[in-house]
Amino acid sequence: MTLNDYIYYVILPVLAFSILLIFYRFFRGPSIADKVIALDLLITTGIGIIAVYSIVHGRSTFMDTAMILALIAFLSTVAFSYYIEKRNRKK
Amino acid sequence: MSTIIIVILITLGTLFILLAAIGMIRMPDTYLRISVTTKAATLGVGLLLLSSAIYFNDLSTTSRALVIFLFVLLTAPVSAHLIGRASYFMGVKLWDKSVMDDLHGKYQKKTHVLKSEIDDTPGDNVMHDRPDYGNEDEEDEDELVK
Repeated sequence: MTLNDYIYYVILPVLAFSILLIFYRFFRGPSIADKVIALDLLITTGIGIIAVYSIVHGRSTFMDTAMILALIAFLSTVAFSYYIEKRNRKK
Repeated sequence: MSTIIIVILITLGTLFILLAAIGMIRMPDTYLRISVTTKAATLGVGLLLLSSAIYFNDLSTTSRALVIFLFVLLTAPVSAHLIGRASYFMGVKLWDKSVMDDLHGKYQKKTHVLKSEIDDTPGDNVMHDRPDYGNEDEEDEDELVK
C-alpha cells in the first residue's frame, strides 16, 4: 500500500466524514453562535483537506488557496461576532 | 524514511480533526464547543500542514505551510474569544452541570462593560440560569427577583 493509496482510501474519507459531522452541527445548532463556530471549524478542516489533497496530487500550488481560506475564516468569524454583538445592544 | 514520518503525522492530524468533529456533536454547550474548535482543530491542521511540508521538501512549500499554521495559531484564540463574548451577551445558556460562572452579574447588558464586582441592577446585567453554588447565594437570588 503506497502513500497515495493510504491517503486516498483512509485519510480523505475520514476527513470527509468529519466534515459531515460538522455539517450536522452547522444545520442543527441551537443558537447562531453554534453555527458560526461550526462554519469556522468547517473552513479549518477544509485547510487540512487541501493540504492532504496537495500531497495526493503532488501540486504545492493548492497551499495558496489554503492561505486565503485561513484569512477568510478569521475575517468572517470576527465580522459575525461583531454584528451579533451589535444586534443585541440596547439603544 | 520520510514516508513513515508523513504517515504518522497525517494519521495523527486526521485523528485530531475527527475528534474535533465528534466533540462538535457531543459537547453539551456552546462554550465547550468553542474550546473544541480552538484546540483540537488547530493541532490537527498543524500536523497535516507539517506533513505536507515534509512531503514536498521544498523551501517555498514549507514557508507557505508554516505561514498558514502561524496564522491559524494566532487567529483561532482571537476569534474564539470574540464569538464567546458575543454569545455571552446573546444570553446563550451555560450547561446545567457547569460548576461556576465567573462572569455572573459582571457584564453590563446595556453598555457592554465588564465590571470587576457584581452589580445586581435589574435589567442591566446579562442574566443566565445560575448554577448552584451552595446556600450562600440564595439571598442574592431574592434580590435579583425584586
